[in-house]
Amino acid sequence: MDYSMFLNIKEELMLISLIVILLLYDLIAGEKGRKYFGLTACILLGIHTIANLFPGEPVEAFGGMYQYTPMMTIVKSILNIGTLLIFMQANTWLNREDTKFKQGEYYVLTLSTLLGMYFMISAGHFLMFLIGLETASIPMAALVAFDKYKHNSAEAGAKYILSAVFSSGLLLYGLSLIYGTVGTLYFNDIPAGIDGNPLQILAFVFFFAGMGFKISLVPFHLWTADTYQGAPTNVTSYLSVVSKGSAVFVLMIILMKVFGNIMAQWQAILYGVVIVTITIANLFALRQQNLKRFLAYSSISQAGYIMLGVIGGSTLGMTSLVYYVLVYMVANLAAFGVISIIRQRSGKIDMNDYNGLYKTNPKLSIVMTLALFSLAGIPPFAGFFSKFFIFAAAFQAGFHLLVFIALINTIISLYYYLLVVKAMFINENDAPIATIHSDNYTKLSLVLCTAGIVVLGILSIVYDKISLFSYGI
Amino acid sequence: MNFLSLFVAIPLLMMLGLFIARNMTQIRTVMATGSALLLILASVLTCIYLSERSAGNTAEMLFMADTLWYAPLNIHYAVGVDGISVAMLLLSAIIVFTGTFASWRMAVLPKEYFMWFCLLSLGVFGFFISIDLFTMFMFYEIALIPMYLLIGVWGSGRKEYAAMKLTLMLMGGSALLLIGILGIYFNSDAQGGPLTMNLLQIAQVNIPIEAQRIFFPLTFLGFGVLGALFPFHTWSPDGHASAPTAVSMLHAGVLMKLGGYGCFRVAIYLMPEAAHELSWIFIILTSISVVYGAFSAIVQKDLKYINAYSSVSHCGLVLFAILMLNQTAMTGAVLQMLSHGLMTALFFALIGMIYGRTHTRNIDEMGGLMKIMPFLSVCYIIAGLANLGLPGLSGFVAEMTIFVGSFQNTDLFHRVVTILACTSIVITAVYILRVVGKLLYGKVVNEHHRKLTDATWDERFAVICLIFAIAGLGLAPLWMSDMISGSVLPVISQLMN
Repeated sequence: MDYSMFLNIKEELMLISLIVILLLYDLIAGEKGRKYFGLTACILLGIHTIANLFPGEPVEAFGGMYQYTPMMTIVKSILNIGTLLIFMQANTWLNREDTKFKQGEYYVLTLSTLLGMYFMISAGHFLMFLIGLETASIPMAALVAFDKYKHNSAEAGAKYILSAVFSSGLLLYGLSLIYGTVGTLYFNDIPAGIDGNPLQILAFVFFFAGMGFKISLVPFHLWTADTYQGAPTNVTSYLSVVSKGSAVFVLMIILMKVFGNIMAQWQAILYGVVIVTITIANLFALRQQNLKRFLAYSSISQAGYIMLGVIGGSTLGMTSLVYYVLVYMVANLAAFGVISIIRQRSGKIDMNDYNGLYKTNPKLSIVMTLALFSLAGIPPFAGFFSKFFIFAAAFQAGFHLLVFIALINTIISLYYYLLVVKAMFINENDAPIATIHSDNYTKLSLVLCTAGIVVLGILSIVYDKISLFSYGI
Repeated sequence: MNFLSLFVAIPLLMMLGLFIARNMTQIRTVMATGSALLLILASVLTCIYLSERSAGNTAEMLFMADTLWYAPLNIHYAVGVDGISVAMLLLSAIIVFTGTFASWRMAVLPKEYFMWFCLLSLGVFGFFISIDLFTMFMFYEIALIPMYLLIGVWGSGRKEYAAMKLTLMLMGGSALLLIGILGIYFNSDAQGGPLTMNLLQIAQVNIPIEAQRIFFPLTFLGFGVLGALFPFHTWSPDGHASAPTAVSMLHAGVLMKLGGYGCFRVAIYLMPEAAHELSWIFIILTSISVVYGAFSAIVQKDLKYINAYSSVSHCGLVLFAILMLNQTAMTGAVLQMLSHGLMTALFFALIGMIYGRTHTRNIDEMGGLMKIMPFLSVCYIIAGLANLGLPGLSGFVAEMTIFVGSFQNTDLFHRVVTILACTSIVITAVYILRVVGKLLYGKVVNEHHRKLTDATWDERFAVICLIFAIAGLGLAPLWMSDMISGSVLPVISQLMN
């Protein structure tokens, strides 16, 4: 065996060693040593992120099981940065009395899911893909139920694992049909056997339904709001950006690479799903009072927008998709960061509680406003650019009506985003949330997110770099 | 860096200055310096522009600069001005300057207020200097969103409702507009060139007529919503009535002109064939705007509502004139934008000042103000006379040019709508004179009003600046109309081909 092949998966290997180091640290360190656990995890992940920032050459390893294109480094880097930001925001929560002793588990579990996503992204064989997917989902359920003594968290964990297993079942059934009709599970070999016969379409539908659960597209979204609400806020933000971002990217790669021959069919399916996803999620978001549920529906509708990049299967689509995921990530993490710190310090989570927040917490309010503006697609924030490009991608592919419907939906979404802004700036409140002093980690992460929101759009360099590595059908 | 970019840089610096400002004096210093600089810059630009033109520079756009921004999509940050944009920049600078003085005594959260105010003006200036569709659209949206907080936080009356309605309707308009822009963009390679967002390059391309038929109405409607096109004008009265003084001034004075300018520069310039074919639909809508707005103004009792409906009528006239598709009428349209911008700003400034003293805007609850605050009352009369088109003031020049232009279309349809639109002049006289009579003359209705004071120095300054501009445009309109009509020519030649 040629052991030099392992060099090709150096990103994964580095992450594995990171997990091992943290595991050992958790074992060895005593009560005192644990105090620096968060810091160590952040620094190590930061090093990992920087070391793997630069893409290499396209390569295949392990007989085609593992496939690498430079674009994957970009996506993995985005996931890394997202995880890093989430680690920073986790500090306050993990230092609480009831979670303090198990904070090691949090970091290790989170990084394990990240590892799963890595393998999922770089898979060249459906088995590899499935292993990655499961590695990403099962620790995730443990994370969702991390505050297990709280009723909601345990319930959310159960909901998540049940729906994850169910969706994996569907997906597996789809894969078995593909194997039955084509006789292989290698991404390179499948397209030759895909001729669009009904059984393959059925297989695709099962596969897509399975992925739809992960991305929480309507009508597979029913677990989302409950899980998001019940899970610890930090895990919710991880679910909504990192987990979702990786799944969307993988879906795009597989649609293009494996199912390229039945493009017309999957475009038709996506067309309907996107419209339903965006519209339903927006309509449900209108009435939410709990901000976590609110952001859950908002993130479902954002997933719908992201799918606009997938539907064309074009270079522009892939660039816009990856860029959108990045921009969505910083904005969503900023919003979740604010919600999380306010929840930790004051225990309040409803929109009414945010009335008059600007008077007592001007900085947090501004961060939240910028994040919501970016999510709504208001210039000069990055969300405007990402929305514009993703609409352009779908428009280029000829889906004019779809873009129009999506645009109408942005108006609805603007309405509910503005409701939060209104609560913070305009509504009167006799007893607003008291002034909050956040810890330095949270501050840093919020500053980074805000910088991302402001800078990512105006400086075109990130988009240009992403577009260098994009490809289409 | 091109000096046009200063129009964007100065508001940005002003925001930065406001961010570090510690007290009211510093805030005022930043605002006064910044807006004065903008005004000087705009005046200098006008002078340089005129001298360039008289020196025989016949390029379509002057002072162009172009920086590649998003290379994969061929999006540029491209700026350049012609006579129309110069006129609009001058108008915006005047209104930002006077608006600063009209909100000199802002008491609630002044820092935040002026920061949003600067962001709004940044969007406006950026829009007028852009010649790249993407940059233009971005600045357009930048100008829209501060309105929400400006009205929602600092407004009065049903401010939350009005702010939300305004924002959502305008954003709805920009959703239509976005489709239009994407449609233009992806058809800009119709003759084999690269996809481009540059206005001048797209103008060289003949966009296929089938595409024009779809995207012209969308683009026109998109901009038309901001230009208070019937039936999408309903945000305007509520929004204007609830907005704080300077925001009403800026919004009615400049922001609504973005609509007219955009219809002219994007919809008609880039898609002339569809403009010929489909203009009749929009002519009907704008005629309704013109007449309906004027009639609505007659029955209103709230001063701001009266002026808001009058704005609907006058802005309708702008779009009406643009759709006449000839040089005279289009020149008139731009003149009307200028004149209406100045008049409306003056009106809203005065209404704000009166309201600040009497705490009511209902004309039934006021009377005989001429004896109490003579300065404000005289200025109000001047604004009213300009509004109803008294010769010597700007309104006359603009409306005269528009109707002369629209009569040049000899077919029956254009004749009829022109006559209909002309009636608005008479109706305008009715509502203006009614308000002037009730408000300024007659008996003092409320005895408490006798103790009220006349305008303070900053208010006088703002008002006099505006009156000066209105009278200047009315007495010496030729240099301005020459500058504009020269720049209308490229659009006309597009329409002729």
